[in-house]
Amino acid sequence: MIEIKGVHKSFGDLEVLKGIDLTVNRGEVVSIIGASGSGKSTLLYCINAIESINKGNIIVDGIDVHDKKTDINALRQNLGMVFQQWNSFPHLTVLENAALAPQVVKGFSKEKAEAIATKELTHVGLGDKLHEYPTKMSGGQQQRLAIARALAMEPPYMLFDEVTSALDPELVGEVLDTLRLLRDDGMTMICVTHEIAFAKEVSDKVAFFHEGLIEEIGTPQEVLDNPQKERTQQFLSKVL
Amino acid sequence: MNLFTPLSWNDTGFILTGILNTVYISVIAIVVGSLLGLLIGFIRAESNKTVNVCLGAILDILRSVPLIIQLILFSTFIGVMGFPLPPFVTGSIILSLYTMAFMSEVFRSGFNSVPTPMIKAARSLGMNYLQTVRYIRIPIGMRAVFPSWIGVALSVIKDSALVSVIGYMELLRTAEQLISRTQQPLMILIGVGLFYFMISYPLSRYGKYIERKMEI
Repeated sequence: MIEIKGVHKSFGDLEVLKGIDLTVNRGEVVSIIGASGSGKSTLLYCINAIESINKGNIIVDGIDVHDKKTDINALRQNLGMVFQQWNSFPHLTVLENAALAPQVVKGFSKEKAEAIATKELTHVGLGDKLHEYPTKMSGGQQQRLAIARALAMEPPYMLFDEVTSALDPELVGEVLDTLRLLRDDGMTMICVTHEIAFAKEVSDKVAFFHEGLIEEIGTPQEVLDNPQKERTQQFLSKVL
Repeated sequence: MNLFTPLSWNDTGFILTGILNTVYISVIAIVVGSLLGLLIGFIRAESNKTVNVCLGAILDILRSVPLIIQLILFSTFIGVMGFPLPPFVTGSIILSLYTMAFMSEVFRSGFNSVPTPMIKAARSLGMNYLQTVRYIRIPIGMRAVFPSWIGVALSVIKDSALVSVIGYMELLRTAEQLISRTQQPLMILIGVGLFYFMISYPLSRYGKYIERKMEI
């Protein structure tokens, strides 16, 4: 379970998160929507401790992420993260990309790491690309590689930060299909997304962010079909 | 009696030793200079402005004072201080430091060329700081600057000729001695030039080959 309690985050004078409370249970898919600059991505970065927080707590399976005593590298193994940009490691093949972290972080043997990596890469449909270099592949393929690379650490949680935003429109589908696959596997996911239709289809909960606060949260039917707040209605009327 | 004797096959061993000594001191300078340069380059890429200004000043001195002056100054200095070292050791030290000064800039820009989001992606997989340095930043950054590295290495081979001024019997000094005996400067210097070319050219080709291979 991921518990986010009263989280505040500022960059200098700019307060980006103004008290976020959110709970994500195991097996749940939570989508976060909202305008650019509303703090959606920042929250994901705070969950993974890539960014620090100013106030509040983020607790993952009982461990306080921002406690100084927390072993952050151990914690991050439980929180797979995929970014807007796929950041493939250009000097490694597809297989090596996905097998690197299990080897160096978990200390698995090369064979074991590559077995896991092969399994995850096949799962996301890259089974025939194992020995290619990622720089030769399309953005959609590289983003699926990034997903498999995170999955190879076998994390119970996955965080997705606008993973389709940097893709050409015709490549969005294959990445969303991969996310659907993970949902069907029962993966716990937090997806920051601009794909409203997708959020509606896969989410158990949808949170609408507005200027650093959760303006509205509920089931996709509640938030996306019958939004109660005026700001949610305005946002949806613009993007739908 | 004839003071001057022409070049003969008996000189082959002498010339070969000169060539090997050139290769020897060049390899030492490139290896030691690269390792130190990697370390300094990394420190510079990671440090704040104060550290960088201080380090930069020292490196600037090594880079801007002509190598020949550094060699003479250093070997005279240690001689005066009462610790004379063999020319080979003195030459290796100065040539390595000189190489380090150039290599550190090469490697620094290599480290800086690795995009921050890529490092964040590696960290998000649970890698710690040193693991990202070892598995991501060094391999990616060093590939980016490989052509510059080859360039510096090639110029070090040629600069190694200057170590002759402190008495190290490398290729050029060997040639000078032969010239004074044979009085055939033109032919010998052309020969020496050819040897430098024969040492440098394969390295430059090899660099091109690796570059192409890495582009994949």
